[in-house]
Amino acid sequence: MYEIVSKEVLAPKIKQLEIMAPQVAKKARPGQFVVLRIDEKGERIPLTIQDWSPEKGTVSVVVLEIGKTTKQLNSLKEGDRLLNFIGPLGKPTEIEKYGTVVCVGGGVGVASIYSIARAMKEAGNKVISIIGAKTAELLIFEREMKDFSYALHVTTDDGSKGQRGFVSNALNKLIEEGRDIDRVIAVGPVLMMKAVAEVTKPHGIKTIVSLNPIMVDGTGMCGCCRVEVGGETKFACVDGPEFDAHLVNFDILRARNDRYINEEKAALHRCKIPDEERERR
Amino acid sequence: MTGKELRKKKVPMPEQPLKERTKNFREVPLGYTSEMAVDEAKRCLQCKPKPGEKYPPCVIGCPVGVNIPAFILAIREKKFEDAVKILKEKNALPAVCGRVCPYENQCEGRCTLGAKFEPVGIGWLERFVADLEREKLGFRAPKLPKPTGKKVAVVGSGPAGLTAAAELAKLGHKVTVFEALHAPGGVLVYGIPEFRLPKEIVRAEVDYIKTLGVELKTDVVVGKTITADELFAEYDAVFVGTGAGLPNFMNIPGENLNGIYSSNEFLTRINLMKAYEFPSYDTPITVGKRVATIGAGNVSMDCARSAFRLGAEESWIIYRRTEKEVPARKEELERAKEEGIKFVFLAAPVRYIGDEKGWVKQAECIRFELGEPDESGRRRPVPVKGSEFTLDVDTVVVAIGQSPNPLLLKLVPGLKTTKWGTIVADEEGRTSVEKVWAGGDIVHGDATVILAMGAGKIAAQSIHKYLSKPYKWQSA
Repeated sequence: MYEIVSKEVLAPKIKQLEIMAPQVAKKARPGQFVVLRIDEKGERIPLTIQDWSPEKGTVSVVVLEIGKTTKQLNSLKEGDRLLNFIGPLGKPTEIEKYGTVVCVGGGVGVASIYSIARAMKEAGNKVISIIGAKTAELLIFEREMKDFSYALHVTTDDGSKGQRGFVSNALNKLIEEGRDIDRVIAVGPVLMMKAVAEVTKPHGIKTIVSLNPIMVDGTGMCGCCRVEVGGETKFACVDGPEFDAHLVNFDILRARNDRYINEEKAALHRCKIPDEERERR
Repeated sequence: MTGKELRKKKVPMPEQPLKERTKNFREVPLGYTSEMAVDEAKRCLQCKPKPGEKYPPCVIGCPVGVNIPAFILAIREKKFEDAVKILKEKNALPAVCGRVCPYENQCEGRCTLGAKFEPVGIGWLERFVADLEREKLGFRAPKLPKPTGKKVAVVGSGPAGLTAAAELAKLGHKVTVFEALHAPGGVLVYGIPEFRLPKEIVRAEVDYIKTLGVELKTDVVVGKTITADELFAEYDAVFVGTGAGLPNFMNIPGENLNGIYSSNEFLTRINLMKAYEFPSYDTPITVGKRVATIGAGNVSMDCARSAFRLGAEESWIIYRRTEKEVPARKEELERAKEEGIKFVFLAAPVRYIGDEKGWVKQAECIRFELGEPDESGRRRPVPVKGSEFTLDVDTVVVAIGQSPNPLLLKLVPGLKTTKWGTIVADEEGRTSVEKVWAGGDIVHGDATVILAMGAGKIAAQSIHKYLSKPYKWQSA
């Protein structure tokens, strides 16, 4: 059993859970993920590792409430336990000294880009970060990202903070300003990663994205997470989750990520924890 | 039924009525009563070994070498506890084997009675004994020898790993089994459906293995959660039984459309995650009205039959050879037919056509004819030009076999593998790396539960030799 040792509200519907999992904490690297299950009836869901501490034996994940499982997860309290917590899974981010690296995070993707940006800085790169959200109150880890970044650019869809628009617009601006960029890493919603890929492709800037398909086992056994990269089928859980953005078929990824929308609604409808009770917790 | 008929045919096993069983996931065959088992046991001729052979024919046919005549004699004499003891001596998972073994090719395939009549129902008797122990007599842990102080790591808790673990524990070694999933059992829990192998039974057999002192660590992905090096440092020997967990796809256009599953994903959602109880359980599965399963092995039968139970109106199996070449067990094929699965022989999909939202709506198939025999001795299917036809489908399950999961293999330096990705191992299960053994599907490619168990057993004996005395390692 994996105890939740601390819980923090980062933004409405976005919570950070620090979970006791010493074996995973010892091995975690930037870009990797875990698969967890809350209880006996629960589904297995993948979540990116946001941070970890081998000393404390903990692993932190950031959870955005979108479906039944994520809602239930965010309703748990400190001291509650998860039934299963498996990882670290997937290949870690390739961290090297590239020169100037732009780290792009959208929405909860900022939680994933966080440890990548930190490691890139530690490897001697000049890190420029671009983080974005729909609106100012949904922006997470701004202060922390500032610490790792030579420069930090913020965008919001509604202009309530930073530049109005998308992270891809801000990236485009940097490129047009003539910045020398050796590598871009982007994590966020599928459409955002697709937009980033489209911005960098004409300039031939190597761009890596971290894909977020639906998974079951997370160890290469089921093929649920298959994605098309360079015309070939890959399993995001073992071949990725990071791939060359210019080779990814984002349209297939998007369609595949929508395939349980009806079931998700049905599950939520029957969600056992009433909203009021969740509020009290 | 008269006594004479009884001798020709097996005592029939009661089963769930056809109409009901396709609507639920409960087990189809219901098992023998004691009376039925005793009657069936009376059919056994108690054969002795043939001249020049060490064992009676049925025992030779059993990959784990159960003393079949002896346990059947014990049933006939109603000494059920003795029957349990005899069975368990050689087989750590009898309730599993009594359900999923291809007996017709093994023990029953060699039964003397089988030359003229139906062979003795050895599989059904095995099941009876195992069920009786679990449900009525209760498990009794055998006496264990003094601990040897040697530690063995078993990677993977499927049939090969569990058998190796049980054998090694019975020999006094300290065994730790590592399992990547959240439940032990491997293919027994994620692959084989409840209606063929209730998960309760797997749990009970795993619990029995725990009583032998075997430690089970789930949620541990070897190569990720702990490294191969850490295993080598801590354990005196390592057995790799990671199975054939990598689903094969055909790599044809449209295969990544929504509604197209690998058999592994389809069955894992259903069996391990209990998607058939959605939304009471959280894992969903979408099964349409028209389901096509590609391939005709045991796994394909499981998928096609599961589809019916999840509300499909039509469930097809598409296979590029003919009924004669079907690799599934005869019993499984018959059950699938009884339940109304339709077979499209001599055909295979060439592409899938999707709707505007990315869901599969048609499978375009091509007809085949059988040509010259290939290296497997089966006649090679040859596509017939211009014979394309389409089948309207909303769910497709690709069940054309599994390959070894390469995750761990890459991490053990020097571990020799074949071009199919299986581990090279000798007849004792020794690999190319000292103190590493392997067995089951990871060595043979995807095969049967009992063959994996046999390999686990042989490797355990080899490991025991290695741990017991001065030993000169020989790499495979």
